[in-house]
This record gives sequence, C-alpha cells and structure tokens, in this order.
Amino acid sequence: MAVIGSFALLLALALSLYSFLGGIVALVKGDGSERLGETARRAGIATFAAVLLAAVILVVCAFQDDFSIAYILHHSNRNLPGPYKFAVLWSGQEGSLLFWSLLLAAYGFVLRLRYKTDPRLFAYASVVLAGVQIFFLSLLNFAAHPFAIVQGTIPADGNGLNPLLQYPEMVIHPPMLYLGYVGFTVPFAFALGALIMKYPGEKWIHITRRWTMVTWAFLTCGVFLGAHWAYSVLGWGGYWGWDPVENASLMPWLTGTAFLHSVMMQEKRGMLKMWNMWLVFATFWLAILGTFLTRSGIISSVHAFAQSSIGDWFAWFLGITLVVFVFFFIKNKSSLRSEHKLESIVSRESSFLFNNLLFVLLCFTVLWGTWFPKISELVQGNKVTVGAPFYNRVAIPVALLLLILTAVGPLLAWRKTSLESLKRNFMWPAIGAIVVAIFLMITPQSWGSPFGLRPWQDIAYFYSLMAISLSVLVTLTVASEFYRGGRVISKHTGQGMFASMVQLTHRNTRRYGGYIVHFGVVVVIIGFAGAAFNLDKEQEMGNGDKMTIGPYTLICRSYTDDDAPNAASEWAILDVYKGGKYIDTMTPVRKFFKASQQTSTMPAIRSGLNEDLYLVFEGLNPDNGHPIIKAHLNALVMWIWMGVWIMLIGTVLALIPNAPAPVRVPAPARLERAEAAPAVTGD
Amino acid sequence: MSRLNPFSKLGAPLLASFARSGSLRRKATHTLILCAAVFALLGAGDPATRFNDIGHQMMCICGCNQILLECNHVGCPDSDGMRNELMAAVSRGDSDSLVEQSFVQKYGPTVLAAPTTQGFDRVAYIIPFTALFFGCGLIVLVIRTWKNRPAPAIADGLPPVRGAAREQFRDQAGKETDL
Repeated sequence: MAVIGSFALLLALALSLYSFLGGIVALVKGDGSERLGETARRAGIATFAAVLLAAVILVVCAFQDDFSIAYILHHSNRNLPGPYKFAVLWSGQEGSLLFWSLLLAAYGFVLRLRYKTDPRLFAYASVVLAGVQIFFLSLLNFAAHPFAIVQGTIPADGNGLNPLLQYPEMVIHPPMLYLGYVGFTVPFAFALGALIMKYPGEKWIHITRRWTMVTWAFLTCGVFLGAHWAYSVLGWGGYWGWDPVENASLMPWLTGTAFLHSVMMQEKRGMLKMWNMWLVFATFWLAILGTFLTRSGIISSVHAFAQSSIGDWFAWFLGITLVVFVFFFIKNKSSLRSEHKLESIVSRESSFLFNNLLFVLLCFTVLWGTWFPKISELVQGNKVTVGAPFYNRVAIPVALLLLILTAVGPLLAWRKTSLESLKRNFMWPAIGAIVVAIFLMITPQSWGSPFGLRPWQDIAYFYSLMAISLSVLVTLTVASEFYRGGRVISKHTGQGMFASMVQLTHRNTRRYGGYIVHFGVVVVIIGFAGAAFNLDKEQEMGNGDKMTIGPYTLICRSYTDDDAPNAASEWAILDVYKGGKYIDTMTPVRKFFKASQQTSTMPAIRSGLNEDLYLVFEGLNPDNGHPIIKAHLNALVMWIWMGVWIMLIGTVLALIPNAPAPVRVPAPARLERAEAAPAVTGD
Repeated sequence: MSRLNPFSKLGAPLLASFARSGSLRRKATHTLILCAAVFALLGAGDPATRFNDIGHQMMCICGCNQILLECNHVGCPDSDGMRNELMAAVSRGDSDSLVEQSFVQKYGPTVLAAPTTQGFDRVAYIIPFTALFFGCGLIVLVIRTWKNRPAPAIADGLPPVRGAAREQFRDQAGKETDL
C-alpha cells in the first residue's frame, strides 16, 4: 500500500509540473496551442485523482493498523475509535500537508471543470494553482513523506493520537480551517492571472468575490470550531488565548473580510483596483505564513503540533510568491489604474476606506503581537510574552471603532449622503443605543447578566458596556434598513411587512445577506463582552462537600471510574442546584490515554443563554488524595456560537442569486426633454 | 471675584462666563472631585480581586503558554507554587508593581503576560496606535485628494442620453443604489 501511495504522490507531482509548464507554454504561444492548453487543464484535473488516491491509501492504512508506515505508527493505535482513525489524515505534519494538497487539488478540479466561464482567465488561474500545488507536492515527496517506512522492527501497536485531538469536533474543525486556508489560493490565482494578462473589465473580480465568500465562510466556521474545541476540550475555561497558531487563522480572516468589503468599491465604482489586488495577495500569503508559523517552530505555541526543517521550505515559498507578485504588479500596474473621484467625505466610499484601514490595522496588530517576542529577542536579547492583556489593550479599541463603522456604513449612500438624511436614519438607532447604555449603567449589579455595568469600576466593564451598546446600535441600524425597505415594498404590493422584507432580501441577497452577517457579528461581540463577568473557583471536594459559585451550588455525590481499551477514565459526579432547586447532574472527566501515556481533562458544560457552568475535574491533591474541582461561570458564551450560525446563514443567503429584477417601465417623455438638467446626487 | 476665577486667566470669555455662574461652578467642582475620587479608587480592591487581576497579568512558566490563573495542567510543577507566592505577596500588601518586579526577578521577563510600558517594550504598544494615527491621516489625505479632483468639463450642457447609453446609466444607478 505504501508503495502505491508513494507512486501516487510522484505521479501527482509530475502531473502538476505538466499542468504548470504546459499551461505556461500554451499561454505564451497563444493561438495554435489550444490542444496543449487543454492537456495542461486535464493534467490538473488528473492531479486531483492522484492526490485523492494517496490520501485514501493513508486512511486505509490507518484503519488497517499498518504500523510499518511511520506516520501511522506515530499518530494511531489499534484501539483508536474509527472516526479518529479517519482524522489521522490531518493529525500530524505529513498527513496534514497531504490533506492540504488534496483540498488544493479539489479546488483546482472544480475550477478547471468550470473553465468555460472565461477560458483564458481560468487557464491563467489554473497555472497559478498548479504552481502552488507543485510546492506542496514537492514537500510531500522530498521533505515530509507520509508513506515513509519504519526502519527495523515494527512495533505491535502505535503511539496513538494526541488525546486533545480525540474529540468529535476535531473530525470537522481541521477540514473547515483548511478549506478556508487553501481556498484563499483560488482568489489569489485569479488575481495573479488577471494581473499577468492585464484583464480588461471587472469580471474577474465578480468570479473572485464568490470564491472568496465561500472560502471566508469555511474559514469563519473553522476558526470558531477551533474556539469551540478549545473551550470544550482544553479545560481552561476560555475559547481564545491569542496563541500564535490561533492568530495565524485570524490574520487571513481579517484581510479576507477587508477584501469582501473593498471589492464592492471596485464593482460599483471601479475604485481600489490596486488595493484589492494586494488584499487578495495578502490574504493568501498570510494563510501560508500561518502554516509556516505552525510548522517551523520559529514561534512557540501550544498548538505547534509539529516542528521540522520544512519551515525553510515555507520561508522560500513565501519569498518566491512575494517576488513573483511584486514583479507582475510593478510590470502591469498600469492596467489597474482607475479614476478615483469622490463627491463627498460623507459617503459609502469613505466608510469603506476606514473599514479597510481598521481591518488591516487589526491584522497588523495581531501580526505585530505574534512576532514581537522574536523582535524583542533580537533587539534587547530577551524574549517577552505577548498574551491576552496586550491584545485586550490594543485590539479592543480598534474593534470598537470597527463596530461604529458597521453601524454607520450601511446608512451612507454611494457618492454622497446629506447630513440631513444621515441624521434621519441614524437618530433613532443612536437614541436606542444610548438608552440601553444608560439602562445597563444604572440597573443594580447582578451576576450572569450585563446589568449594573459601571465603566468607572473596571476597564473591562467599560469595554463591555461599549461593545453591548454599539452592538445594539448596529442591530437597530440593520433592523431599520430591513424595515424601511420592507415598508416601501409593502406599500407598493400590499403584502404584509414580513413577506415584504423576505422579498426585499430576495431582490438583493448580497446586501441583506451582508446585513444578517453583520447582525451575527454583533451577537458574537455580545458573547465576547460577557467575558467581563466571568467567575471561577477551585476547591477540593470529597463526597458530600459543597461549592458555591454565583447562583449555583454544587454538591459532590461521588466519584467513579471506567476502563476502556483506548483510555481509562475517572468521573466526578456533581449535583447542581440553582436557587436551592436541583437542576442537573454534571460529570467532568479525567482520562488517561494508554497508547500515548497522557492524561487529559474533559470539562462538563451546562450551557444557557445567560451563562455556562463549566466544571473541570483537575485531579487528586497529591498530599491528601482529595479530588479537586474547578468551576467556571462564563457569561454569554452561547451567544458566540449562535452568532456564528447567524453569520453563516447570512453568508449562504448572500451567495444565492438575486430574484429577477422588476420589469422596467420606459422613461416618461418629459425625461427626454429634461435631459439637459443637472443630475442631483443624494442618498 | 474675577481675581479668584481661574478661568479668567486663560482669557477665554466663554469659560469665564461659565465660571461666573455659581451653580455651574459648584457642579463642575463636584464633578472634578468625583472624577478624582474615581481615578484614585481605580486599581484599589480587596485581596481576592487583586490576586485575580495580577494573576491574569502573568504566565505560568511550565511551558504551557497559559495565563497563570488559567493553567490547568494536572500536576503542573510550577503554577501552584507561583499562585501561593502571589497570594502571599497580595496578603502582605505588596503593591502591584512590587509583585510584578519580584516575579520578573525570579522567573524572568516572560512571566509577564504582556510587554511592560518601559524601555523597548513600549514599542509594542506605540507601533499599532501610531499606525492607526498615520493610517487615518493617510485616508483623510486620500479622500481630500480624490474629492478635490476636477469634475469632467462639459462644453455645452449635458448631451442627450438615449438608447444603450441610457441603459448603461440606469444599470450604474441600480448598482450604486443597490436597487
């Protein structure tokens, strides 16, 4: 099996090389080399089959416990449950690179099948994709071979999968994240292709936008699944630790989001062509940089699951892509010139410029914080830690400014907005937000809900108050947009308001889908704001002992254990009371994984709209053998997961094509006569 | 009255007139005292709150890269001892900076969860906000430049727009108004 897998990888590399070189020759020669171009396209399609074969073989080897393959030996064991044997594919260095290559080949497969949309542009994009694919397949064949054979005696059992990865979400989190990371190669391929061929018009940006939205949705899903996994498995009570690997996933997300906004400037006004080109490149480049960080060991991280010499390969690849892009940008930037003309500072265009500044600045802050330990070491000879307190001080104020723009931006019209109309549209949402802020400040403090927020007591309360008030502002502006549009349709069609709003959304899915994404974002922000009210407590708890945290009382009923082939488990059984009334029994668990000889805790979580009760069985006190329970009360966490669902629903909605435009009524005759009248711009 | 009025020295008639009003001045004084009290009380707190605050500004040094009070390793060789040290220091009444200094001396600068605001560490905070400042300036400059560009000259009024050209304009208007 290993031989067939190795052969498949070599074949895939050969096909990619052909697709790349054949594609270039066909494009350079132009007319008369259509057949060569077609074979290059088909070689690209065949690459997918070859990489798929290699991936399937690796998974089959995991299921067959073929420990003669070093990768299977190090990442699986006989008693590993089936779904996790499937997850072995992306659990280690070599397998995850194979998985990356597989997804890239799959994206290339779809792209090459859809080539008729614009054969020449797709041919360029296909060549760029093949170039990236060559890099990953070279890595797999020469630096991180997933089918390397174990030398000497083959052990009877494998070392097992990392215990932290033995969790259902780990079967879907990495694929989602990788779909996002890898997917950004496609917009980059189109952008570089369009740049090289000096693509006339904006069609490439329409194609790229849809791919970016799909990829962005995958990355969003991947990032938040990672956060949910950290929350549910790592047992420290949080969901985001600003670890370099977490940051690596956030950076392309931020620039990708900036691109999804600024692309509208290019589509509607033909502006920011160069800037968009750079944003697409930066997003792709940051995705690769994230992989470099994860795998090179250059920056220490909890999640850096593999460290090896492939960091050099990534450094070279990052350098080469930068040089290639800069070369073609300088060579062909004249094709990206556009006549920028703004009619007013108070316009949608201005808000997009500031929006992009803040997204890019947030990305820069995350990048800066990630690299600062290294910079500090170079400058002053000692490393410093850049953890959550740094990001809370620097990134939160910028994020709050972005939230203000999220509220104001949609109310601004293209070209020019009169202050009168801005005041008219903005006044009630602003009053609503101020009323909510005052209400939150003057109400009595109560645990588990954002009441009694005294911003002068703690900076965390100030941020929390600002975040919630601005979220209300955004929600009200989004609601007012739906209401005003729905009212117009309702007036003309006589339909009910809800039906009118549905019709409104269907007429312009992108705009109203985008508003739903914004609403999802504010729900997530409210969830983040809840962190200001978190509580935690640690206590030794013998049978019958009590612990009180917030409104909850925990009583330890007993402890029990269980022995399964893969892992031995110890469970704490705790009865939970709220307001003196029994509500639940929770069982945090501590597992000992036999193959890897590692211990892991699995928290018990009781989620509610107000708060999560989060219990961790930390182990036994070595002095007296008493079990230790740590309890966290985490406010509003469920809002984060709800917000992500709303964001994804909004994105799917935005991808649905618009309903057909209403039939156009011919312009009345008087317009023909009044053609010489100056145009009036307004909202 | 005017001799005692601090605002009149500033030569700002508006402020001076504000200060001449006794009621307003009393309110302003009260507000100032309140603000001073609030800022003076910021950072003060009971030992448990201080323990929690300082403990979240420090890292566990076992290599787990976790905040000290969030380190949840079973049998972690360092975090329990560090927490006990922190609790002892807070109970003694040591100031926040003294506690941090003693931890840095003992465990090295990586024990702090964020760069300090002294020496080269300051750069960590200065750069992002400087970038924000210059970025905003740049955008204002760009907007002003684009706004000041002359509109295309029209020789003899607007030419009549018919047929395909009008459809093109209608499409553009549709795009820009999202209708």
